[in-house]
Amino acid sequence: MAQFRLPPNSRVRRGRNFGGAEGATAARKFEIYRYEPGSGENPRVDSYSVDMDDCGPMVLDVLIKIKDEVDPSLTFRRSCREGICGSCSMNVDGTNALACIKPVEEVRGVVRIYPLPSMPVVKDLVTDLTNFYAQYASIKPWLEARTPPPPDRERLQSKEDQEKIDEPSACILCACCSTSCPSYWWNPERYLGPAALLQAWRWIVDSRDETTGERLDALEDPFRLYRCHTILNCTAACPKDLNPGRAIAEIKKLMAERQH
Amino acid sequence: MSLITPLNRVLGLGTAAGATQHWWAQRLTAVALVPLGLWFAVSLAAMNDYSHAAMAAWIGNPISGALLVATTLSVIYHSWLGVQVVVEDYVHTGGLKVSVLVLSTFAHVLGAIAGVFAILQVALGTP
Repeated sequence: MAQFRLPPNSRVRRGRNFGGAEGATAARKFEIYRYEPGSGENPRVDSYSVDMDDCGPMVLDVLIKIKDEVDPSLTFRRSCREGICGSCSMNVDGTNALACIKPVEEVRGVVRIYPLPSMPVVKDLVTDLTNFYAQYASIKPWLEARTPPPPDRERLQSKEDQEKIDEPSACILCACCSTSCPSYWWNPERYLGPAALLQAWRWIVDSRDETTGERLDALEDPFRLYRCHTILNCTAACPKDLNPGRAIAEIKKLMAERQH
Repeated sequence: MSLITPLNRVLGLGTAAGATQHWWAQRLTAVALVPLGLWFAVSLAAMNDYSHAAMAAWIGNPISGALLVATTLSVIYHSWLGVQVVVEDYVHTGGLKVSVLVLSTFAHVLGAIAGVFAILQVALGTP
């Protein structure tokens, strides 16, 4: 039945204190979640001090500096370091963010860095996003049309119609929104979550796609779509300033519209 | 380790129809309860005599009696839908979930019948 505490092997313990940055003028303290599922040890929180005068301004700069100079075992995903690949999504100071575009300056006091909430941890800040990607695949993120494209050109779209997909197309699938959603925490197997639904909306609203009805049919479900309770953590969390909450509301409006 | 593909697990048993009606009914009852709730609160507050006879007369009035039935049914229907959503959100043990949903349905239907019956009984004057 109800379980009010984490299982014994998941309880987070206080870890090592690496100190560092002695005599620094701009030292900041970082507490970072560490976990290696295969090790048989509990997760722990290690603390580090970093001299911000000798480090880039973003959280990712700090992580890279720690990995390079203090603790090479610290594990995290990163690639583009400019907010377009979506690899370094993690929980910084209680909010999901991309470490590469999250300034340390925005956080007051100790900077606490955790993996994305509710996801299985592979190691330290790396989470298993298999289910998240499968949910994205399930909404068929590609154009479907029975009318063949004109032989001499691409499928045309008016400027207004194109603008409708501008915003949802800018999603980088970092999972900040879905993993900040309490409804997704409780029902990750059956609720598609804001990221997949924003992409569902991206294809529903695409004027060239001829399967709008089928796409809505595929969401006509108490869990896939309607687990959204308009909490709007998704919209608050999005590091690209997109609005998955509004996209979900638009899908619900279309659902109601075709009933009446 | 499961050999079922992640996509297969996400697709699961497919979609269950009727989800939009459920959502729509929940919104509709919520909207209806704004004026009904206001009317109910204001009517009770504006009353200066709370004696049995005065209440019976109020309930016996065709307009307030009908609105009382509407309020009762809207509240109970809205609550039934809402409790279902909460249970589906938080209860994940198969048997327990179904049992709670069945019990909630029985309780809400019984509540609706009892509520309407009570209003009618007072309104139509049977003691």
